[in-house]
Amino acid sequence: MRLLLAQSSFPDWNWLGNPRNWERLLDHGVEHVQLTLVGVALGMAVAFPLAVLATRHRKLYTPLLVTTGLLYTVPSLALFLLIAAFLQTGFGFTTAVIGLAVYSLLILFRNTVAGLEAVPDDIREAGEAMGYTPSQLLLRVELPIALPVIIAGVRIALVTTIGLVTITSLTGMGGIGRLFITGFQRQNSTILAVAIAAVVILAVVGDLALVSAQRKLLPWAREREAA
Amino acid sequence: MAVDALDLEIPEGQIVVLVGPSGCGKTTTMRMVNRMIEPSGGTITVNGDDVMDVPAPELRRRIGYVIQQVGLFPHRTIAQNIATVPRLLGWDRRAIEQRVSDLMDTVGLDAELADRYPHQLSGGQRQRVGVARALAVDPPIMLMDEPFGAVDPLVRGRLQDEFLRLQDTVRKTIVFVTHDIDEAITMGDRVAILAQGGVLQQYDTPDNVLAEPANAFVADFLGAERSLKRLALRPVSEVSAARGPLVHPDSTRAEAQAAARAAGADWLVVVREDGYLVGWTWLAEVERAVTDAEVRPFRVRVRATDTLRVALDAMVSTRTGVAVRVKALDDGDRYEGILYPELLRAELR
Repeated sequence: MRLLLAQSSFPDWNWLGNPRNWERLLDHGVEHVQLTLVGVALGMAVAFPLAVLATRHRKLYTPLLVTTGLLYTVPSLALFLLIAAFLQTGFGFTTAVIGLAVYSLLILFRNTVAGLEAVPDDIREAGEAMGYTPSQLLLRVELPIALPVIIAGVRIALVTTIGLVTITSLTGMGGIGRLFITGFQRQNSTILAVAIAAVVILAVVGDLALVSAQRKLLPWAREREAA
Repeated sequence: MAVDALDLEIPEGQIVVLVGPSGCGKTTTMRMVNRMIEPSGGTITVNGDDVMDVPAPELRRRIGYVIQQVGLFPHRTIAQNIATVPRLLGWDRRAIEQRVSDLMDTVGLDAELADRYPHQLSGGQRQRVGVARALAVDPPIMLMDEPFGAVDPLVRGRLQDEFLRLQDTVRKTIVFVTHDIDEAITMGDRVAILAQGGVLQQYDTPDNVLAEPANAFVADFLGAERSLKRLALRPVSEVSAARGPLVHPDSTRAEAQAAARAAGADWLVVVREDGYLVGWTWLAEVERAVTDAEVRPFRVRVRATDTLRVALDAMVSTRTGVAVRVKALDDGDRYEGILYPELLRAELR
């Protein structure tokens, strides 16, 4: 840091005073949010059917858990490079969201399974006996009841992904991580500080948004927690 | 195999209780009716139609279902829970609202509970919601698996009474499962006693089962107090009451002595000329006329519709050792006679 500070004063009022820099931050922020949301959504789109499959066929749970777990352990930079190389998607949005989705799989899969399995048997039995078809039972009874646990998983996945998106920038895929590169290249710690703050704020805001959405969407769960 | 071979015909509009020790296949049998468990052989027909001929979800919407844990949907309000099957059948919103509010009234739920969630209700209230939900589309058939098992005995007794009163008007064909023989006797028009493997031991009215257990297994399962349990099934009106040591408020000592002697008692029932009950007094207190004596009220009185068990309780808890039978009218109780233990003994053989 001393090396960096030696190159420019801190805070760098020049940089902070230039509106163009803030515009760039905003653009990168929007990219960051897009990458995060699409990545997690894609992850959920894959994790949910897998979780349903795993709860219906217990034997599949362990293999699926191990697979998603292994994917989670692949170093992130390597994973993005592998995806770019093997899927021929190049360095761009597609490669980034696929990678992000792969990383969110483990958390989303595990929580969705846990949520679905926590649905009490008597409630499932009552639903069946009322005449719900299996898919109605899943969507109208099991999923809503599992939602608090699933959302807990999404919160973790979201915050993790927001952090991870900074790395996608290193492979040229956008996001606030770009500013880290700029900051390092110019050896300007002001830019780094702003970028870090922006990522942290995004993560906190994203998490709070989910919490409040959950409270609004699931009044029964909130009241039950309080009770 | 939980249930091997079982032949059972359930008459329309009656409550048939499947009862037996755990592992006797009573729940399995019940769940085969709405195909929660698929039978591996044999047929189950409802009004002559094989249950296997319709898709299971469709079949189940026409059969009410109540279980011990109730299984209310925690994410839905009470009104939404009750509306489950009407919504599945695509009723319009107005009709559903009307039906829900009627049902809440029928099962004795306060209208203001409609927007609450299940966890905000007491166990007894949740059971009522469970019953209302099962009745929602007025299905001709109901399956009930220990529906009052999860509440305390006091609430259970009340729910049983209420349900029987409800059944008097709705006349559903009900398969009711319990492990509790007392509940079976209280609730059942007929009782099917099952042993391990779903082997039917006896299928008859509770009174007949108690009077003549088919075998040692049934007798053992009914327990030691068979006679008392039978009394709980029969109304006071089944036993003709004795006239008793009857006097009027202005009777003389001579009349009182004659009445007491005829009834073999040392006390007197005081009844007005117009037949209304006043109370009772000791013969010894009647010096010249009944007016001399202190007349005490009967604290316990039984009516024609009370059970003989209630009458027996009255007999053992009062000083005169009898139960006084009255007809309750707006302006007082009309005297109908007295019951004493010997009368019941004849009844029980």
